[in-house]
Amino acid sequence: MLDLDMGKYAAFVWPSFAASLVVIGWMVADSLLRARKWRKAVERLEQDAPPR
Amino acid sequence: MFAALANPQRFMALSRWFAPLLGAGAVACALAGLWLGFAAPEDYQQGDTVRMMFIHVPAAWLSMFAYACLAGASFFGLVFRHPLADAAARAAAPLGAGFTFLALLTGSLWGKPMWGTWWVWDARLTSVLVLFLFYLAYIALQAAIEDETKAARAGAILALVGAVNLPIVKFSVDWWSTLHQTASVLRAGGPAMPAVYLAPLLLMGLAYTLTFGALWQVRVRAEVWRRRAAVLQLRNAG
Repeated sequence: MLDLDMGKYAAFVWPSFAASLVVIGWMVADSLLRARKWRKAVERLEQDAPPR
Repeated sequence: MFAALANPQRFMALSRWFAPLLGAGAVACALAGLWLGFAAPEDYQQGDTVRMMFIHVPAAWLSMFAYACLAGASFFGLVFRHPLADAAARAAAPLGAGFTFLALLTGSLWGKPMWGTWWVWDARLTSVLVLFLFYLAYIALQAAIEDETKAARAGAILALVGAVNLPIVKFSVDWWSTLHQTASVLRAGGPAMPAVYLAPLLLMGLAYTLTFGALWQVRVRAEVWRRRAAVLQLRNAG
């Protein structure tokens, strides 16, 4: 059974978990969006390339 | 293995499958680790704050591991002038900074109920703050120098200078008298905690490591595409 009642320490435990979720979530989102942005840019530039 | 991965095309082909695999592994380990962590009994001394160990300690491990990766990639970039090594160094820095920030923040939130203070200038906390500043300095340096080759060289030198801080962070609790406790997992004589805490801690450590591995590859891929876009832009303009 999970113990989710942090009692008198709730004000320290939950903000720690929340901050970890936010920072790791930001790292995931930033990494994926950055990769998507540059992949799309390469695809667009390859399409716009003048014929050789 | 290094030679195989140093080829950008081969790296892009491998990481396309490897990064999502590591990401899925990270989610599975995190779910199992959190489940076991919240199912564990509260500690007789630390009470429920013991659960903060499952996120604080992995963040602290990764703060050092990511810097070791940054310094290693910088070394390869500086000595062998390999562009993928520069991209790897550049990609590791924001991730390492994020984990170090988390180690400092969760440590502070754990310190208040256990030590009675948010912060103390002891050797461990101060050396981790210095590690965080090295990450910020590296990121700032990369952003400030327009010539990418010069930025990579200056960043690599800074990263290698900062690597001196890694053993100081690791052994600070042994070399000096600190409020921070000594190592309780990676120490001679084995871990100093019962399996009920060690299992979720190791699972969370693996989850954080796999997260770093997956995101590092995604960011290196982004960096390869960014450079490819710059080349294509020049070619199209000419």
